Amino acid sequence: MNADRLALLLWLAASAASAQGFAGLGTEAEGFAIPAPEAALSFPADHGPHPDYRIEWWYLTANLSDASGTDYGIQWTLFRSALAPFAAEGWDSPQIWLGNAGLTTPETHFAAERLARGGTGQAGVTTAPFEAWIDDWHMTSTAPSGDPLDSLSLAANGEGFAYDLTLQATGPLVPQGIDGYSVKSPEGQASYYYSQPFYEIEGSLSLPSGPVEVTGQGWLDREYSSQPLSETQDGWDWISLHLDGGEKLMGFRLRDREGAPFTSATWIAADGTPSPYPNGALTMTPLETTDVNGAPIPTQWQIDLPARSLSLRLDALNPQSWMDLTFPYWEGPVTITGSHTGKGYLEMTGYTAP
Amino acid sequence: MLIDARDLTKTFQTADGKLPVLNGVSLQLQSGETLALTGESGSGKSTLLHLLAALDAPDSGTIRLQGDDITKGNDASRAAVRRNRIGLVFQQFNLIPSLDIAANLAFQARLAGRHDADWCAALSERLGLSELLSRYPEQLSGGQQQRVAIGRALATRPPVLLADEPTGNLDEATADSVLEIMLDLVAETGAGLLMVTHSTRLAGRLSRRLHLSQGRVA
Amino acid sequence: MRRAALAALISHWRRQPLQFFTLIAGLALATALWSAVQAINSEARRSYAAAEGMLGLGSYETLADPAGRMPLETFAELRRAGWPISPVLEGRAQFGDQRIELLGLDFISAPQANLPGNPQLREALSPTEIFLPPGIAFVAPDTLRALHDIDGLPRLIADTSLPPGRLVTDIAVADRLLEAGGEIDRLILLEGAPNGVPSALAPELQRFDRQSQGEISRLTDSFHLNLTAFGLLSFAVGLFIVHGTIGLAFEQRRSVFRTLRALGLPLRNLLALLLAEILLLALLAGGLGIALGYLIAAALLPDVAATLRGLYGASIPGSLAFDPTWAASGLGVALIGALVAAAHGLNAIRKMPLLASARPRAWAVASTRSLRRQALAGLALLVAGIAAPILADGLLAGFALMGGLLLGAALLLPLMLGAALSAGAALARGPVAQWFWADTRQQVPGLSLALMSLLLALATNVGVSTMVSSFRLTFTGWLDQRLVSQLYVTAPSEADGERLRAWLETRADAVLPIWKVDSPLYGAPGEIYGIVDHQVYRSHWPLLASSDTPWEDFYAGRGALINEQLAYREDLSPGDPVTLGPGWTLPVSAIYSDYGNPAGQAIVHLPLLQEHHHELPRLRHGILTKDPEGLARALHEEFGLPRANLIDNDSLKATSLQIFERTFTVTGALNVLTLSVAGFAILTALLTLSSMRLPQLAPPWALGLTRAQLARLETLRSLALATLTFALALPTGLMLAWSLLAVVNVEAFGWRLPMFLFPAQWLWLLALSLIAALLAAYLPVRRLARTDPSQFLKVFADER
Repeated sequence: MNADRLALLLWLAASAASAQGFAGLGTEAEGFAIPAPEAALSFPADHGPHPDYRIEWWYLTANLSDASGTDYGIQWTLFRSALAPFAAEGWDSPQIWLGNAGLTTPETHFAAERLARGGTGQAGVTTAPFEAWIDDWHMTSTAPSGDPLDSLSLAANGEGFAYDLTLQATGPLVPQGIDGYSVKSPEGQASYYYSQPFYEIEGSLSLPSGPVEVTGQGWLDREYSSQPLSETQDGWDWISLHLDGGEKLMGFRLRDREGAPFTSATWIAADGTPSPYPNGALTMTPLETTDVNGAPIPTQWQIDLPARSLSLRLDALNPQSWMDLTFPYWEGPVTITGSHTGKGYLEMTGYTAP
Repeated sequence: MLIDARDLTKTFQTADGKLPVLNGVSLQLQSGETLALTGESGSGKSTLLHLLAALDAPDSGTIRLQGDDITKGNDASRAAVRRNRIGLVFQQFNLIPSLDIAANLAFQARLAGRHDADWCAALSERLGLSELLSRYPEQLSGGQQQRVAIGRALATRPPVLLADEPTGNLDEATADSVLEIMLDLVAETGAGLLMVTHSTRLAGRLSRRLHLSQGRVA
Repeated sequence: MRRAALAALISHWRRQPLQFFTLIAGLALATALWSAVQAINSEARRSYAAAEGMLGLGSYETLADPAGRMPLETFAELRRAGWPISPVLEGRAQFGDQRIELLGLDFISAPQANLPGNPQLREALSPTEIFLPPGIAFVAPDTLRALHDIDGLPRLIADTSLPPGRLVTDIAVADRLLEAGGEIDRLILLEGAPNGVPSALAPELQRFDRQSQGEISRLTDSFHLNLTAFGLLSFAVGLFIVHGTIGLAFEQRRSVFRTLRALGLPLRNLLALLLAEILLLALLAGGLGIALGYLIAAALLPDVAATLRGLYGASIPGSLAFDPTWAASGLGVALIGALVAAAHGLNAIRKMPLLASARPRAWAVASTRSLRRQALAGLALLVAGIAAPILADGLLAGFALMGGLLLGAALLLPLMLGAALSAGAALARGPVAQWFWADTRQQVPGLSLALMSLLLALATNVGVSTMVSSFRLTFTGWLDQRLVSQLYVTAPSEADGERLRAWLETRADAVLPIWKVDSPLYGAPGEIYGIVDHQVYRSHWPLLASSDTPWEDFYAGRGALINEQLAYREDLSPGDPVTLGPGWTLPVSAIYSDYGNPAGQAIVHLPLLQEHHHELPRLRHGILTKDPEGLARALHEEFGLPRANLIDNDSLKATSLQIFERTFTVTGALNVLTLSVAGFAILTALLTLSSMRLPQLAPPWALGLTRAQLARLETLRSLALATLTFALALPTGLMLAWSLLAVVNVEAFGWRLPMFLFPAQWLWLLALSLIAALLAAYLPVRRLARTDPSQFLKVFADER
C-alpha cells in the first residue's frame, strides 16, 4: 500500500511489472473499458476524465527562455489511475490522482509530486469549465469560446520552485495514431491519444535566485487507456519536438526485453495536419549516456525518420533532468540540431540503477 | 516459725554447662527477727532470696512460710504467695515507671485486695513521701525510690520483708537513713526481715547474720 | 583495622537474625509496592505513547472545529489553497461485544511514517485491497481474535504495535464503519504548513497545539495519580518499618561503637563504615523489592488494563515489559529511604560522647514536647489539606486534601492515643487496670510509627471502600433507572432497521429509538442522542437538576438534556444555553447523571436531532415488552439477528456491573497490600519493643502477677491500641471518602456521587485490624509467656 506500489500502479497499471500481471488486465472481468479503433474522439467531453479506463493523463511540457536567451523547461502532469472502473463521490472513490511537476534550468532540475484521492475535491478534472487540478496545482481554461484547451492558465510549485504561465493555442488539436487510436505494441495494445502541440506561452518562473519572466512553446498530451504496455516492454523513450519551421514531431520507442523496440511517430504539419507512421518508420538511437542517479541514461540521441528525410541530434539541456520522485524517471528539454533545428522535450522511463 | 527452709539446692544452666549455685542451704527466720544474708559475689545469696520470695523454685529442698510449703505449686500459686504474703525490695527497677508514686505505693496492697488508705497515708508520712505522691519514679532520687519500694512492700502488712541489696545503689548517708526507717517500720509491724547485703557494716545493724560461701552456709 | 571494625559491626546481624529480617523485609516491601505502582504506571504510559507515537499524530499541530466535525469540502478547499493537511476521522463503534476505537487516516495523504503496519506488511497489500471495499484495517492480535467472527468489518491485519481495542484504517473504511458521511474530525498539519489559521476559507477552524491532543492521557492522569498516591503511601509505611529497625540496630550497638572508638577507630571511619553497611543493606533489600514489585505489577496489570479500558476506553496490553527506569527509581527510593531512616542514628553517633554509658536506654521514648510539636504539625497539615480545595481547583487540590487529611491524622495520632489512654486510666478501677492503661500509654511513643502506618492503611481502606461501595450503590440504582427498556436491538442496516420497526409495531409495547451522532461538544469528544416522547423517560430518567417544566420544554424542542460531566465541565445550569453544533444552541432543560462515561453527552427530542443530522444512523432500538425473551427469540428467527445484536436488560446490567467490579479490583488489591504492610509494621515494632519490655514487666511480676496474666495483658494492649487507632482511622477514612466522592471524582470524571455509610464494612475492618494486632502480638507474647523467671530476675540482680 505504500506510495511506491501506488505510483507503480499509476504508471504501469497494465504493465508486466504490475503485481497483477498482464493477462488479467483490461479484460471484461476486470470491468475496465478497452480502447477500440473505430471510436471517435469527441470534444470537449474527452478533455475530461474517463473513469472506466484504468489510466489517464493530462501532460504538458514547455520549452521556455528568458530575455537573456537562457533556456528553461517545465513539466505539468496530472495522472489518474483507477482501482475500479467507476467514479464515486467521497472517500469511496476508486480514482487515485498523482501530480508531477518539473522545472529544468541548464544547471538545476526541480521536481515535485502530489497525491490525492478522487471524489473528495482534492484533485480532479472538470470539462465545463475545463479545469484539471491537484491541491493548488491547476491547469484552467481561460478560453471564452471555442475549444476549452485553446487558452489555459497553468501553475504548480514545489520545494525551491514555482511557475505561473498563460498558454494560447495557435493551432488545432491533433489526434495521434489513427484518429486518436494509438497502437503501443505489435500485439495491439493501444490507447486513446491526442495532443495540442501549438501553445505559445508567457509567464514567470520562481527560482531560488528570484523570479524570471519567460516566453516559449508548449505541448499538451492527452492519453487514456487500460493497457498501455505489453508484457515484455519495460520502459519507453518519448519525444515531442518543436521544429523551427513550425512543424512538430511526436515519437516514441517502447523498449522490449525480448526483441526490437516498438516505435511510433506522428509528423504534424505547421497547420496541424498529422501524418502517423507505423512501427519501424522512426528510429531512435542513443549516442551518449550520462550517469544519472547511478544508472547510465542516454542524454544524446540520433533521431531518424527517413520518410521525411529527417535526421536529428538531440542534446539534453540538463543531462541531470531526473524526476527523483516516488516513481522516478528522466524528463527534460532538449535542443535539436541536424536536418532541422528547434527545441523539444524528452522523456525516458524504465532506466533503473543495476 | 516464720520461714523454715531446708536443704535448698539450685543449679543454673549456662553456656559453659551446669552451674551449681546453692548446695543444700537451710535457714530459719522467726517473726520480728532481722537477718542479714552476706557473702561474696556469686555465693548464691540473691538466688536464695529469690527462692524464699517465691520468685523461683528450688531444684530440691523445702521452704515453709508460716508452715505452708511454697515450693509446691505452680506459677499462679507462687504469684499469689508473692502478692499476699511477701514484701519485696530490690536494688533497682523496683517501681513501675508508668504509675505515679501514690499508685506505686498502693499497687501491691490493691493487687492483694488489702488496700488500707489510712495505713498507706501513714506509711508515706513516715517515709517522707507525702509531697511526692503525684510524681513519677523517674522524677525521684535513688533514696526516695527505695523508700517508695519499702512503703509499697509494707503496705500489704506482709509477715516477712525480703530485701535484695536495697541500699546498693545509694551513698552511705542515704543508705543509713533508708535502712534506719526500714528497720523501724519492720519493728513496728512485727514482720520478719531478711536482707541480702555485701556490707558488713550494714549487716551489723541487724539482729542476726548468715554468711554464704559457694552455695553453703559458712 | 577497617575490616576488623566492619566484622564487629556486621556480627550484630548474625546474632539478631529476626532484626535483620525485619530490616530487609521492611525495605523490600516498601520498595516492592512503590516499584510495582511505578511499573504499572510506566507500562500504561508506554502503551499510550506507543499508540500515539506509532500513529505519530500527537506530534502534529491540527486544525479542528471546536463545534464539531467539518465537511469534506473544507479539507478539499484547504488543500486547493495549498495547505499541506491530512484528514483524521475518529470514533467509537460497537462490534458484537467489543467497543472499538476507530482511527481513520487518509492513507494517501497521511505521512508514511505514521501509517500502521510495518513496510513488509504493507508491501504485501495491493492498493485494491486497501482502497476498495471492504478494505483493510490494522488491529492488535488480541483484538483480531475478538473480532474474528464479526460481519461487515474490513479485512483485519494484526499489528503488534497497536493497543488492544483500537482499529486503524483508511479514512474511507472508517467513514463507512462510523457512518460519518464524509465528515472529518480534524486536519493534521504536515510539514511546510503556513502559520496561523485559514480564516478566510474556514473561519470556524482553530489551530490546536501538538500537546493538546492527549485526550487519553489527560483522562487517565487521575487514575495514575491515584496509583502513585498508593505507591507513596505504602512506601511511607515501609519507611516506618525501616526507621524502626535501623534505629534499634544503632541503639543496640552503642557499646560496640563506643568500644571501637575507644580502641582508636576515628569517628569519620566509623560513620563511613555504618554508611557503607546501610547502603549495602539498602541495595540488597531494594533488589529484592524490585523483583517482588515486578511480580506484584505483573499480577495486577491485567486488572489495571481492564480498569483503564472500562473507565476510559484507553487500552493497554495486559502484559508487563521490564523497564530499567522504574527499576532504577525503585532502587533509588530504597537507598534514599534507608538513608533517611539512618540519618537520625548516624547523627546520634556523631554526637555520642566517648565515655557515655553503654547501657541501652529507651530509645523510642519521645518527650511530651516533641509529641505536642508533632501534633501541631499534623493540625497544620489538616488545615492546609482542607483549605486546598477551597483555595484552588483541580485534581491536585483534591489530592492535597487527601494527603493533608491522611498525614495530619497520622501525626495527630500519638497525642490522641495518649489522651484516650489517660481517659482510660482515669476510669480504671483496680491496680492492674490502672497499670495496664498507664503502661499502654507509655508504649505509644515506641509504637507510634507502626500505629501511624496502621492508621494510614485503615483510613485508606475505609475511604476507598466507602467510595467504591457508594459508587456501586449509586451505579446500580442508576442502571435500574437508566436501562428502561427490556430489550435492546441493533439492526445490521438501515433497511433492516426499517423492517424491524414495522415488524415490532404490533408486537412490542413500544419501540424507543436510540439514535445518536458522535459530535464534539465544546471541542471535546461528545455524543448527541435523540429520543422520542414516551412516559418511561419522564418517569425514569435520572435527572439531577432541572428547570420547572423540563419534559414539556424538551418535547417542545425548546430544551436539551445534558449529562453531569458536560454541565460540570462547561459550568452549565438548567436554563443556560448549550451549543450542540455550529449555529445550534438550546437551553438546558435538565441535567442527568451519566456514570462511567468520560465524554460529554446531550439528548434532544429526536425530530430535532434528525433536523440537524440528516444522515443519522437509525439502527439501535430499545424495546418495551413484557416478554423480552420470547421477543428476542422471534427477532432472531425473523431477522436472523445475531445474539450480539439482541441484548436484554439483565445481561446489559450484568455486563455493566462486571466492568464496574473489575474497575476497582486493583484498588482492592492495593488496599489489602497496604494493610498487610501496616500489619507487618506493627509486628516489627512489637518485636522490637518486646526485647526492651522486661524491665517494665519485671516489677509487676515480682509483685504477684503471673507470666500468663502479663501475656494476656500484652495481647490486650495490642488490641486496645489497634482499636483506638481504628477509632481515629474511621472518621479520617470517612473524610477521605467524602473528598474522593465530592472533590476528586468531580475533578477527575465530572460527576459527584452521594456518600453512603457501610457500618458492616467497618466492623469487618475492625475485626481485620484486631486480627492483625493479634498476629503481630502473638510472637512477642508467646516469648513473654515462656520467659524463664531467671530472665526476669536478672532485671533485679545487682550484677548486671
